Amino acid sequence: MSVLDKLLPEFFIKVDRDLCIKCGQCVNNCGFSALLQDKDKNVKPIHEKCVACQRCMFVCPTRAIQIMKFPGTQKHNDYWNPEYISNIKKQANTGGILLTAAGTDKLHPIIFDRLFLDACQVTNPSIDPLREPMEIISYLGEKPIDIAIEFKDNSYILKNKLKPNIKLSSPIIFAAMSYGAISLNAHKSLARAARECGILMNTGEGGLHKDLYEYADNIIVQVASGRFGVDPDYLKRAAAIEIKVGQGAKPGIGGHLPGYKVDDEVSSTRMIPKGTDALSPAPHHDIYSIEDLAQLITSLKEATDYSKPVGVKIAAVHNVAAIASGVARADADYIVIDGFRGGTGAAPTMIRDHIGIPIELAIAAVDDRLRKEKIRNKVSIVAAGGIRHAADMTKILALGADFVTIGTASLIAMGCTLCQKCYTGNCSWGIATQRPDLVDRLNPDEVSKKLVNLIRGWSLELKEIMGALGINAIESLIGNRERLRALELSKETLDVLGVKPAGR
Amino acid sequence: MININALNMDSRELNKKIKESIEEGHKEINIINVLGQRFIGNGIQNKDLKITINGTVGNDLGMFMDGVDIELFGNAQDGVGNTLNSGTICVHGRAGDVVGYAARGGKIFIEKDVGYRVGIHMKEFKKNVPTVVVGGSAGSFLGEYMAGGILVILNLDSPKIMKADAIGTGMHGGKIYIRGDVNANNIGKEVVILDIDDDDYKILTSILGEYGKRFNFNSEDLLKDKFIKLKAISHRPYGNLYAY
Repeated sequence: MSVLDKLLPEFFIKVDRDLCIKCGQCVNNCGFSALLQDKDKNVKPIHEKCVACQRCMFVCPTRAIQIMKFPGTQKHNDYWNPEYISNIKKQANTGGILLTAAGTDKLHPIIFDRLFLDACQVTNPSIDPLREPMEIISYLGEKPIDIAIEFKDNSYILKNKLKPNIKLSSPIIFAAMSYGAISLNAHKSLARAARECGILMNTGEGGLHKDLYEYADNIIVQVASGRFGVDPDYLKRAAAIEIKVGQGAKPGIGGHLPGYKVDDEVSSTRMIPKGTDALSPAPHHDIYSIEDLAQLITSLKEATDYSKPVGVKIAAVHNVAAIASGVARADADYIVIDGFRGGTGAAPTMIRDHIGIPIELAIAAVDDRLRKEKIRNKVSIVAAGGIRHAADMTKILALGADFVTIGTASLIAMGCTLCQKCYTGNCSWGIATQRPDLVDRLNPDEVSKKLVNLIRGWSLELKEIMGALGINAIESLIGNRERLRALELSKETLDVLGVKPAGR
Repeated sequence: MININALNMDSRELNKKIKESIEEGHKEINIINVLGQRFIGNGIQNKDLKITINGTVGNDLGMFMDGVDIELFGNAQDGVGNTLNSGTICVHGRAGDVVGYAARGGKIFIEKDVGYRVGIHMKEFKKNVPTVVVGGSAGSFLGEYMAGGILVILNLDSPKIMKADAIGTGMHGGKIYIRGDVNANNIGKEVVILDIDDDDYKILTSILGEYGKRFNFNSEDLLKDKFIKLKAISHRPYGNLYAY
C-alpha cells in the first residue's frame, strides 16, 4: 500500500490506562472492530476503523474511553474542508460513488428554527390541557367535502359514504425503514410501539416478515419499483398501502440493498435468493405518467377491495405542489412528502447533500396549491424528513401537514448515535445491521418502551403547545399559518410559506 | 360455471361481479364481450378457479394474482401478470408492455408478440420460478433488472435475429431463452450469450410442452432449431459501484 492510498483516521480512541480494568467490554461491543486486546488484555485502538458510534464509551464500566477528533491538523481552509479532501482521496483510491447514511449533516438554512409559534394570551385565551380535553386524534385518508347528517329515532345518522380512513391517536407515523436496512428486532420494536401507541409503522420496501403479521392493523406496507415481498397476502396484512416514488434523502435514486446484507431471513422476506443485490431503481417501469400512477393506485385498491387507504410517497423537489396535485387527482388517499433532511440507510453523498428542498417550503406550497384547487380534502398530507421534536411537528402541522413521520428521531430513541455508517452493516447498536451478534443486542421489549415514551412525550408537548396557541383540536391547527411568525426569512420564503414576519 | 356478459360494464363493476361469483362458489367463470376492462383477476387468491375471457382486456390483467387460471381469447394491453404471485395466464393473441413485471411465480403464455419491458424485475425464490413464454417477438428492455425466473422468446413469425435493444440490462438472475439469435450490440453489459446445455434443453422441453398444449401445436419440432441463452454475469452487478 502506497502512502497515497492511505487516509488519516477521522477519530482518535483514547484509552485511559489507569481507569481501564481490561474487562474487554469495549472490544466485544465494537461492531467495527476498532478495538483489540493484546495478550496482556491491554486494549489497543485501531483509530482508522472508529466511526464514533460511541458504543464503547457507553458500555465501559469505568469511563476509561474517550472518542475525539483525530489530533493533528491540516492548514486551516474554510473552503476545502477536511471532509472534502478525504472524499477526493477515497474516490482517487476506488473510482466509486461516495456513500453515506442517516440524512444530510450540512448546515443548510433551517427554516424550522426561524419560525415561532403564537402564544395567544388574552386574544384567544390559552387552554390548559391538564384539565381541558385536547383532541389530537387524527384520521389518515380522504375526507368528504361536506357532511350529510339525518336525525332519526333520537340519534344522528351519517349519510355520507366515507372512503377508508385510519384512526391514529396522535399525528405521528414511524417512517418507512425496510427490513434489510434495519434489523428484525428494530422492526419488531417499531411495530410493537406503534400498536401500543395506536399509531402506524411503515415497513419500507423490504417485505413483511412473518413475525410482524400480528401487527397488521398498525402497519403501512410499501410498494416500490422492485416490488420486494409484494404478494396478495402482503397487501392484505396492512392497514394502508404506500407506493414509494421518491424519498427525501435521495430523490430520483432507487433502493440498493447490497447482496452481503441479504441473509436467509431477508431473502425469504423479500422473496429473492440469498446474497443477490436487491435493486429497486427509482423509476417504476409501469409508471410513465400520472395516468399510470392512477392505474397502480386503482390496481392496489382493486386487489384489496377498496378497503384501505393507498398513499404515494414523493420527495420534496422543484414543482412539488404541481406533482402533489397530480397525485391527489390520481386518487391517492394520502401523500407523503419527504424533505431533503430525510434519513436513509445508504445514499450517494452528493445526492443527499445537494438534491431536494426543505420540507417546510414543500408542505406550505402543497397545502396552498391543493386548497386553491379545492382538492385539499382528497388527501392527507404527511410531512417527513428531519422532524426533530414536538415543536418542529407543531410548526409543520401549522404549515399544512396532517401528519409527521419520524425516522431518525425514532432510531435515536432506539440507541442510534448518528455515526452515519448504516450502509456498512456493522451498527454496534443492533439497529442498521443483519449481523446476528449485533442484532441480539437490541431487545424489542426494552426498545419498544423507549419508542412508546417518545411518542407519549411528543404528544403531551403537542397538547401543551396547542393549549398555548388557544387551540383545542388538531383540525384547527392544520394549515393555521396565523399561529406562526418568521424571524429573518426573505420575503420570497415568507411568500411560499404564507407566514407573516415576526412583529406583524 | 357462470357466464358474465361484460357489455357496457365498467372495470369496477365487472371485477365486483367476478368476486361475487367466486364467493358464490363458482369454479369456472366465462366472461364475454370484454372491451378494455382493466384489472381483471386482480389480487384474487384461488388455487382452483378458471376464468375464460372473450374480447380485448385492458391493462393489468391478473395483477397481484395468486393461483387462478386465466385463458384469454383476444388481445391484452399492458401489465399482464404484473407482480404475479402464482397461477397461469394464457393469452391467445398479443400483449402490450411490462408483461410479468416483478412476477415472483406463476406462468404467462402469450401466443403472439409482446411490447416493451417484458419480464423486468422478475424474481425467484426457492420453488417459485416465474415463467413467461412469448410466441412472437418482444420489444426493447426485455428482462431488464431481472433477478430470477425464465423468459422464453420463440420468434415464431418474426426474424430469427431479435431487433429489440437493451436486452437483459441490469440482469442479475434468471434466464432468457431466445429461439434464434441476438446481436451482441443489443444486449446489456451485465449478460452473456451462451449456447443451451442439456439442463436448458430439459427446461425448454417441459415449458414448451405445456405451451404447445395450450396453443394446440407440437413444440417438439421447435426444439430442433437454434436456441440461445442469456445469463447474468454476476448476481451483484453493481457491487463495485461505491467508494464507501
